[in-house]
Amino acid sequence: MQLLRPFTTWLFRLHGPERGEVVLVQRRIFILPSKAGVMFAAVLLLMLTGSINYALSLGFILTFLLGGLAVVAMLHTFRNLAGLRVTAGKAEPVFAGDVARFPIALRNPTRTPRFGLVVARDETDHDIVDVPAEGASVATAAVPAERRGLLYPGRLTLYTRYPVALYRGWSYVDLDTHCVVYPRPAPAGVPLPPLAAGGAEGSGHGEGHDDFYGLRQYHPGDSPRHIAWKAAAREQGLLTKQFTGYAPAELRLSLDSAPPHLPLEDKISRLTRWVLDADAAGIAYALSLPNASIDAATGVAHRERCLHALALV
Amino acid sequence: MSANLDLRHTLWLTLALALVTAPHVERLPWWLSGLVAMLLLWRTYLARARRDLPPRALLIVIVAGASAGVYFQYGTLFGRDAGVALLVVMLGLKLLEMHNRRDALLLIFLSYFLVITNFLYSQTIPTALYMLACVWFITGGMIGINYTRSPQSVLPQLRTSALLLGQAVPLMLVLFVLFPRVQGPLWGMPADTQRASTGLSDTMSPGSVTDVALSDAVAFRVEFKTPIPESKRMYWRGPVLWDYDGRTWRAPRRMYARIKYDARDQPVDYSVTLEPHGKAWLFALDLPSTVPPGTLVTNDFQLISPRPVTARMRYDMRSYLDYTYGADEPRPNLDRALELPAGFNPRTLELARSLRARHKSDAAIVEAAYAMFGRERFTYTLAPPPLGVNMVDEFLFDSRAGFCEHYSSAFAVLMRAAGIPARVVTGYLGGEANPIGDYLIVRQADAHAWTEVWLEGRGWVRVDPTAAVSPARIERGLAAADVAGVPLFMRGDNVVMRRLRLTWDSLANSWNQWVLGYTPERQRALLTRVGLDDATWRTLAGLLLAATGAVILVVAFFTLRRLRVRVDDPVVRIYLAFCRKLAAKGLARDAAEGPFAYAERVSASRPDLASRVRDFVALYVGLRYGGMARGANVARLKKLAQELRA
Repeated sequence: MQLLRPFTTWLFRLHGPERGEVVLVQRRIFILPSKAGVMFAAVLLLMLTGSINYALSLGFILTFLLGGLAVVAMLHTFRNLAGLRVTAGKAEPVFAGDVARFPIALRNPTRTPRFGLVVARDETDHDIVDVPAEGASVATAAVPAERRGLLYPGRLTLYTRYPVALYRGWSYVDLDTHCVVYPRPAPAGVPLPPLAAGGAEGSGHGEGHDDFYGLRQYHPGDSPRHIAWKAAAREQGLLTKQFTGYAPAELRLSLDSAPPHLPLEDKISRLTRWVLDADAAGIAYALSLPNASIDAATGVAHRERCLHALALV
Repeated sequence: MSANLDLRHTLWLTLALALVTAPHVERLPWWLSGLVAMLLLWRTYLARARRDLPPRALLIVIVAGASAGVYFQYGTLFGRDAGVALLVVMLGLKLLEMHNRRDALLLIFLSYFLVITNFLYSQTIPTALYMLACVWFITGGMIGINYTRSPQSVLPQLRTSALLLGQAVPLMLVLFVLFPRVQGPLWGMPADTQRASTGLSDTMSPGSVTDVALSDAVAFRVEFKTPIPESKRMYWRGPVLWDYDGRTWRAPRRMYARIKYDARDQPVDYSVTLEPHGKAWLFALDLPSTVPPGTLVTNDFQLISPRPVTARMRYDMRSYLDYTYGADEPRPNLDRALELPAGFNPRTLELARSLRARHKSDAAIVEAAYAMFGRERFTYTLAPPPLGVNMVDEFLFDSRAGFCEHYSSAFAVLMRAAGIPARVVTGYLGGEANPIGDYLIVRQADAHAWTEVWLEGRGWVRVDPTAAVSPARIERGLAAADVAGVPLFMRGDNVVMRRLRLTWDSLANSWNQWVLGYTPERQRALLTRVGLDDATWRTLAGLLLAATGAVILVVAFFTLRRLRVRVDDPVVRIYLAFCRKLAAKGLARDAAEGPFAYAERVSASRPDLASRVRDFVALYVGLRYGGMARGANVARLKKLAQELRA
């Protein structure tokens, strides 16, 4: 295979990720008979021999008609791919160990609808889409996210067996897109490190946020679990529950917060878990890492920012 | 692509299988048809009820049982009939084992194969049309299992199927015409492909021709190259019967010898397309003067093929209608033509003696006997009364009602009794001219029997006693003869029906000639006609490749032309042309770059173009997004784009 590499590179145009929109020109589309196609050819051969032996004119006609069908089907398979425009959408971040789903937009500028298209990295997990004439659809390519960091989908196969299963037509697309893979969170259960009240003094306990203090008007960014749903049910509008405690208590997370004997990846995992736990508890937290320093805050955007930083340590 | 099939695919394939199997039912044993119907219904039930398929072990038991049944039914598991029976059962069982798309595809391919087995039994136009519908349906099923989701209606599937098959037709035609034909069979043709068909046999006893004459099946069709002779002169010669045992006339072992003949008129040239009749002889007008390739002529002018005619065959012939032959017939043959079984028909023998006593020459005796048939009250009927032991006596003196076999037989016996060598010739008389296709249809209903007597110095002379009884039969055919017992279909009264029948037959004839009769010879003849004399397989293969290539290109053109993206807005077209020009200068627009950003980038790297590019883009954006009036501005935009070249 090593010897073949220059050839395959040339044939499949493996020049690394391409930016922007990829147009499936004729040069990029490959078609080969599928296993079923080979079987079909064998059946046709059998039919031809039978027709010769029994001098069956209609047998010849049927055999040739089906042979013609096979040839025509190849054109249709080609047509099903040709001229499609492929662009990568934004992939939602996932945690390591999950499956990243890359949305791939397929735009069909022609007046021929496309059917049964699959974008996949391998052929196990896939999602089939049709693309209407002069329209677009989004296919999802599933790529297992094993390690934290940036995940590139690599070479994806866009394939189809439409209209009959006698051929598999495909094209390789290597799109310049990526997905952020957050570190795999450590198992839940490890208590959060101590909170720092007012930024300097330690608070001693993390329970302060359980003492109910009162309600105030909802602001965007408040944790959903602090919304007074009962009040909302009484049609008093959205109110957020406030808690007593050492009011501006905050959690400072850094690699040093984790036990020093842990390997780096485990430390990152544990920090990830804490970020999630703190977010769930509605505690403001700050994160300082070698590559980023994020001030204490709460909310979804803040959590994503922290996880992103952890992914890229 | 989901490996599992949904209900709709399963039902579709079940129905397809039922459609393809249906024509086989009349040929299959009842228990097998019942079994297959049960399997199909079972599968339908399981699919609808969303139940699991039966365990493999059960299916194996059914396979074993059905195979044993087929073996007992046919005495073999191979050959045409047993093979088809087995295939039908296997397909029914495969349906019960169809779990996923792969199984479904196998089933689809085998269904196509089952279509071809139907052609082993029938290749008529209705069969072809029905099977085409089946193929359309099966292909729709194959497309269906490739769809993402089951579409709401069956129409897209059937439409795509029709489109694919329609586009395959030109290729099919090219391959059909040019694909090198090999003379089959490649291996032994199973014996059971030879169908039993109605037609003449090499024996004749009372009722045998009557039976044949009750069929409207086509015996052969004839295209004349010279003018069509009168109906009453068209005696199509078949088996010649010499041996008589008192009841049955038989053809002796054939003797092959070149016979001299004298023709006294212009020859008739024609070609015969003979329907398979399972016997060895060919039919030609009396008297055949050429021999089709591969056949032999006997000393009584029968054309004999070395093999039984099991496929439709076409041959060119030349015949004379006015001739003499056989003057030098050897004595042993003449003796054979005088033999009569002893102890039969005393009254006939007596009549023969009195004829001999009253007339001097053989010719006068023949004439007198012939005249007797016309004079006495004989009737011509398809339903004669049964005759006893002395058949000829009873016929000549008592019943006096019979069909051509009675007349020819009685006449020959009478002649032999009078010492004149005589024999019976069977064949066909006349035929129906089809003006629509300009050819002659000879049906089994035209079957006829006549007599030949041997006269000193003149040789064998045809005498048709039926002509004396019913001249209409000889001149215009059986339907015109007003014969008692002629079935309705043969009566020519209804003009519309007759025209329909002839149109249909003309269609069937063209079908036979051009579709079914497209043999290696026909292919060679066609290629010769387009100037490819003696085409070797090399030229044929070259031609085939070139023609298929050309057809594929044309089909590809029509299939792929819808892929071109049409830009309807002239403004956009001009903008795209502008971008292409800049790209040629190495300033390709980025996929995500808007017009202004692009213009700025171009201006930065090519200050010489800056003002023109900016003007262009400003105008473009104004036209496209700013609601600027079109007309003159579009022309200006075009001009700006063109100036860029400079």
